[in-house]
Amino acid sequence: MAKAHRSGLLQRLLQQDPVYDYDLIVIGGGSGGLSCAQEAAILGKKVMLLDFVVPSPRGTSWGLGGTCVNVGCIPKKLMHQAALLGQALTDSRKFGWEHSRQVKHSWATMTEAIQSHVGSLSWGHRLALREKAVTYVNSYGEFVEHHKVKATNEKGQEAFYTAAKFVIATGERPRYLGIQGDKEYCITSDDLLSLPCCPGATLVVGASCVALECAGFLAGLGLEVTVMVRSVLLRGFDRDMAERVGASMQQLGVRFLHKFVPVQVQQLEKGLPGRLKVVAKSTEGTETMEGVYNTVLLAVGRDSCTKKLGLEKIGVNISEKTGKILVNDEEQTSVPYVYAVGDVLEGKPQLTPVAVQAGKLLARRLFGGRSEKCDYVNVPTVVFTPLEYGCCGYSEEKASEVYQAENLNVYHTLFWPLEWTVACRDSNTCYAKIICNKLENDRVVGFHVLGPNAGEITQGFATAMKCGLTKQLLDDTIGIHPTCGEVFTTLEITKASGLDITQKGC
Amino acid sequence: MHQAALLGGMIRDAPHYGWAVAQAPHDWATMADAVQNHVRSLNWGHRVQLQDRKVKYFNIKASFVNAHTVCGVSKGGEETLLSAEHIVIATGGRPRYPTHIEGALEYGITSDDLFWLKESPGKTLVVGASYVALECAGLLTGLGLDTTIMIRSVPLRAFDQQMASLVTEHMASHGTRVLRGCAPERVEKLPDQQLRVTWVDLASDRRDVGTFDTVLWAIGRVPETSSLNLEKAGVHTNPVTGKILVDAQEATSVPHIYAIGDVAEGRPELTPTAIMAGRLLAQRLSGRTSDLMDYDNVPTTVFTPLEYGCVGLSEEAAVARHGEEHVEVYHAFYKPLEFTVPQRDASQCYIKMVCLREPPQLVLGLHFLGPNAGEVTQGFALGIKCRASYLQVMRTVGIHPTCAEEVAKLRISKRSGLDPTVTGC
Repeated sequence: MAKAHRSGLLQRLLQQDPVYDYDLIVIGGGSGGLSCAQEAAILGKKVMLLDFVVPSPRGTSWGLGGTCVNVGCIPKKLMHQAALLGQALTDSRKFGWEHSRQVKHSWATMTEAIQSHVGSLSWGHRLALREKAVTYVNSYGEFVEHHKVKATNEKGQEAFYTAAKFVIATGERPRYLGIQGDKEYCITSDDLLSLPCCPGATLVVGASCVALECAGFLAGLGLEVTVMVRSVLLRGFDRDMAERVGASMQQLGVRFLHKFVPVQVQQLEKGLPGRLKVVAKSTEGTETMEGVYNTVLLAVGRDSCTKKLGLEKIGVNISEKTGKILVNDEEQTSVPYVYAVGDVLEGKPQLTPVAVQAGKLLARRLFGGRSEKCDYVNVPTVVFTPLEYGCCGYSEEKASEVYQAENLNVYHTLFWPLEWTVACRDSNTCYAKIICNKLENDRVVGFHVLGPNAGEITQGFATAMKCGLTKQLLDDTIGIHPTCGEVFTTLEITKASGLDITQKGC
Repeated sequence: MHQAALLGGMIRDAPHYGWAVAQAPHDWATMADAVQNHVRSLNWGHRVQLQDRKVKYFNIKASFVNAHTVCGVSKGGEETLLSAEHIVIATGGRPRYPTHIEGALEYGITSDDLFWLKESPGKTLVVGASYVALECAGLLTGLGLDTTIMIRSVPLRAFDQQMASLVTEHMASHGTRVLRGCAPERVEKLPDQQLRVTWVDLASDRRDVGTFDTVLWAIGRVPETSSLNLEKAGVHTNPVTGKILVDAQEATSVPHIYAIGDVAEGRPELTPTAIMAGRLLAQRLSGRTSDLMDYDNVPTTVFTPLEYGCVGLSEEAAVARHGEEHVEVYHAFYKPLEFTVPQRDASQCYIKMVCLREPPQLVLGLHFLGPNAGEVTQGFALGIKCRASYLQVMRTVGIHPTCAEEVAKLRISKRSGLDPTVTGC
């Protein structure tokens, strides 16, 4: 040892290979964080995962798994399913099932069942981490200096850990409006999806996926629902499709208040759920309006959790406008040993599978000698409104921007799912559209479907688009009969032609 | 009717999701009425379409007089002679009766009759192992009827056998009585109008009897060619199957006479293939195209209670064609999210992707067993048409939460021997 010191070797060793507690610390135990941590552990690294949920203003909290498992995709889809079953009950009478006309729904029964499943998923994640020898600590992590984080648990106890590399996967939380009464009386998706008592007549403020999905299943469960929209529905999505989604929701009884924003929320009556008065102002003048609801659900966007991570202490750059973390195409931040994945990233699709894929590939690049990067092109997505909307690729607007409108062929049709015929549901609501680039042999650059099981339909087409799907290939492919998806193999009418697309029969 | 059966399952799920609905009985008559009305509206729709397109429609039974002339007989017996430059035969097929079984014709029904019954078929024996047999047995079970299916040897012979097994296993564990390796010998009518069926267990040679309200034959279909007088036109058929022999242009042995759909030899017996073949043929005859029909990689779905969608090669066919060392099969047992809350059994929810082993691992076949299998499979059929590789499928980001995303998440190969059960959110 003394010899090593004299020769300067020890000094060099200490400088070149500092000993850290861990090879990797992941901050955030959601879709991206879990995926990355587990993959790194599989590759033989010593990994710690820090996950901590700051309770919502209403006091709601949850366990490991992040937004998707606890207050996102999973409970949302199960509530959506509950609503769809309500519709199925109505349809079933036409198919000969003889049950009573008015069927009541118990919110408590549903939520209990859903929470039970969510809990089992969360538990499953804990077991998986344990199995893979990832050290999981239920503490809030933040940087205190380079390579070092402080972890604070529920009781306020602090611990410090160091690591060679870090991955930030802290995701986002719902935004509040900053108006009087919002934090005291309103709820968000963080609260709704595990709400112990029925929300009753609900005002949903917002026009995002979250807003419309929640409004949709609440209506499907028999509740009176109003949606207050500041400007447009589903910003960023195809306009025509967004309007059709809105129309289909109106058909189901959801009331829309366009071009209004709430300015005040007052409590008229305490209770579960109580009564709230909302005062709103028009965005186009001086008109105001008032409404009384049992629940006000704010779904006006989400803010990334980057403000209290100590990022400024180590120099990780975030977008001034959005607060999201800026990364290169390898998910690396401005600090070389710090990476980020998931919703916390600037400019990436905010989807669970994207975070999972990115996390896994990142771990493989960092520790597995692989070089594959996450492919963010043509990521398919679905809005789980009562009538689902699936899409992949460009909206008509974006496609026109990228390719010029005159170079596009937009094929479309209305369609009537077979299951809707006997159920006497409308024949001209479901809709299919593809946007093709004439200059590339009518390659499909945008895929849109509004109909039942839109997610199941869209997935395969996303793969086909990745492989260069063209209109000709669609025409050459045989449809599976009878399905909704087959409609894409027989598209003939272009929007430009103006020809009638209304439905008559098989 | 499959949808009606599925709705029954949804009624059972509903209380778990908070709906206060009691278990409901099913009224066949209400369903049959609604279904039959819809079918009639489609019949009418077709007549209107023909009219709109100025196609002259004759409701007559036609047969050949010579290569350019057919004679049609109306219901009332009137004969009409029609001659044409081109003739297309698209007479399809009809269910086969096992005429060697005593009582089969007099007392049994087929799918031709099932969908038009005004009253419930009651306790039913379905004989057969085709997809028609499985689908019918499945939906009858789902409607609450006491249903037995009798399979002589293997279910879904032309399909991937592992998948066929899982389909049947699901039915067996969900209320359908499955009798394997049995063949009926005799059907007799009892004084109370029920039917007594005697069958033999082929392995043990033991005989057994059962009583049913209805016996449904689903043992295959025969092409409608015997009454066409094809020999008068010189059109040749396959002596074994009775189907009309055609080339890649759908032309028969007589150049200006064509055959499409189920009546043609070697074609998949599917509606959309017939539709496309018909359309392309018409376009070729009018000189608008020279495109031929591509019968490869035709996707299809078996609408059993747990649906089975597939496109491309079965595992057996891939191994036969390329050799086991050159085939890689990725697979997964998964659980649809919607099954969790009502605690539905997902044991047979399974996906299998058959690929070439050599990179980039071209996808040869995809097999999906689960809800909405048709919807899941359609897009992937497009992928296969685009010559998708396993790598490209894996690079596709999944849509969450769906069943279809599990296809894009297939990682475990059969060869690895690892547990293919999907875990996690």
